[in-house]
Amino acid sequence: MTKRPTLFSLILSMPLLLWQLLFFLFPLLFLVAISFWTVRNFQMQPDLNFGNWERVLTRGVFWDAYFRTMILATAAAAITSIIAFPASYAISFKMSEKAKRWMIFILIIPFFTSYLVRVYSLQVFLSDAGIVNAAFGYLGLGPFPMLNNAFGIIVGMITLTLPLVILLQTFSLNFVNRDLIEAAHNLRCGRLRTVFAVIVPSAKVGLVIAALFAFILSFGDFVSPLYLGGGNPPTLSIMITDFTKSGQQWPRAAVVAIMMIITLLTAAFAAITYAYKERGR
Amino acid sequence: MGNENRIINLLLKLHIALCLLFIFAPIAGSFVFSLNSDRFPSLPLGEFSTEWYRLIWEDPLVWQGFANTVVVGLTVAVIATVLGFGGAYTDFRYNFTGKSFYLALALLPPTIPVVIMGLAMLAFLSRVNLSGTTISVIIAHGVMCSPFAMAIIRLRLSQMDPDLEAASWNMGGNQWQTLRYVIIPFAKPAIFAALFITMAVSFDEFAVAWFVSGLNETLPVKILGFLQGQVSPRINAIGSLAFLSSMTLIILAQLLLRSPEDKK
Repeated sequence: MTKRPTLFSLILSMPLLLWQLLFFLFPLLFLVAISFWTVRNFQMQPDLNFGNWERVLTRGVFWDAYFRTMILATAAAAITSIIAFPASYAISFKMSEKAKRWMIFILIIPFFTSYLVRVYSLQVFLSDAGIVNAAFGYLGLGPFPMLNNAFGIIVGMITLTLPLVILLQTFSLNFVNRDLIEAAHNLRCGRLRTVFAVIVPSAKVGLVIAALFAFILSFGDFVSPLYLGGGNPPTLSIMITDFTKSGQQWPRAAVVAIMMIITLLTAAFAAITYAYKERGR
Repeated sequence: MGNENRIINLLLKLHIALCLLFIFAPIAGSFVFSLNSDRFPSLPLGEFSTEWYRLIWEDPLVWQGFANTVVVGLTVAVIATVLGFGGAYTDFRYNFTGKSFYLALALLPPTIPVVIMGLAMLAFLSRVNLSGTTISVIIAHGVMCSPFAMAIIRLRLSQMDPDLEAASWNMGGNQWQTLRYVIIPFAKPAIFAALFITMAVSFDEFAVAWFVSGLNETLPVKILGFLQGQVSPRINAIGSLAFLSSMTLIILAQLLLRSPEDKK
């Protein structure tokens, strides 16, 4: 245990550091650089040009997409958290240890299915002649338009985030001190009041972080907006793929990407500040 | 009170069932549709058919995509697990200035949206003339998968008795021998679990691979291509097969992670 790093410690620690510096941090910094480059004859040229920033940030199209993405992701995060909470509550407080472990295993499964395949399958469920509308048809209702609109996008985002949010909420509820709940009951605190006055505040950090993850995933998702929302009008991530894939406008795509990263960092910072606020009260 | 309790518990159970239905209906649906003759499945379902499986079996592009996926997946699993092991051991054993930077760099990639990762990778790799190659997909997946490997192995190391290492040193083992005969055997189940799980993550990753792979598409990128083109239940057939292979990997990983605990 010397103070100076040994050869042994360097051989173990450096490969990961070098790999992530070279292939993770450096590409992200490079993205900032190319946002100032110019495109001539479909070739990017190093430059220090604010034209891309100006073009993107002064367009209404960008800000429309920005606020649409923001609203969709916020709505998805809120709805997912609300749907997830009763489930996480039941898993954490009502189930035996064995059943809990099974639920966690079951909820991990969706991470290893292709999100694309699930979205394709959802298209079949949600289309006008699809399974859900056919079921409504038997009841003499509908058909309801559920595809190529905000509803479809939100359903896709919930599909993406619900398992993760339930897992994160369950983990944070598992850490809630059971004595507190006992105490609340002894003090004749009602069931619902116990949930909102005791359980939610003491699991606040985990609940906020779960919602934050749902927001991050939804904000960056391009599959639901494209294949369940129809892609038009675009969200920010669709803008990036469009600029990159069809227009060869990588510098402009970089501007959109940087704006997204700034937004996500701000959201993460705000959420974590909020989560830890008032804890010492 | 007891009565109310039962109703509430019943409602909660119902809610969980609905959540699971919502989560698993698309997955189950994809299975059912893959064995169904209809091009646009609806209620009532069409006839049983293995047509879509036959079509993908005969499609050379699918086979090529499959080969790319396997090559990428195996390579990424090894690279990510080696990098992740080093990172996990570093975090377990050493304290140094800048450690939080080291950990942030090691663990943050999964929080960056995939479109942004894809764009950054594409811009960088095309600058060094690597975009459009299988290597570029391996590099990108290495970045995205090593945090998972690191987390899995780190958890296992935290279960290790710290005196074990000291004992090995006291008995004259140097650091390398201790690593070889004490730490690696102890972490072995987690190392294998990390291999399987990173492979499964790489198998399903489509977005970054789509940006950087060029013509060397992996299977998930092929699916994205199918989605953009004609509607075809072939996606369901490929998806079902991919799901089965991922699940096999996960269950193997789960068994590996669980068995040592049970033996004790």
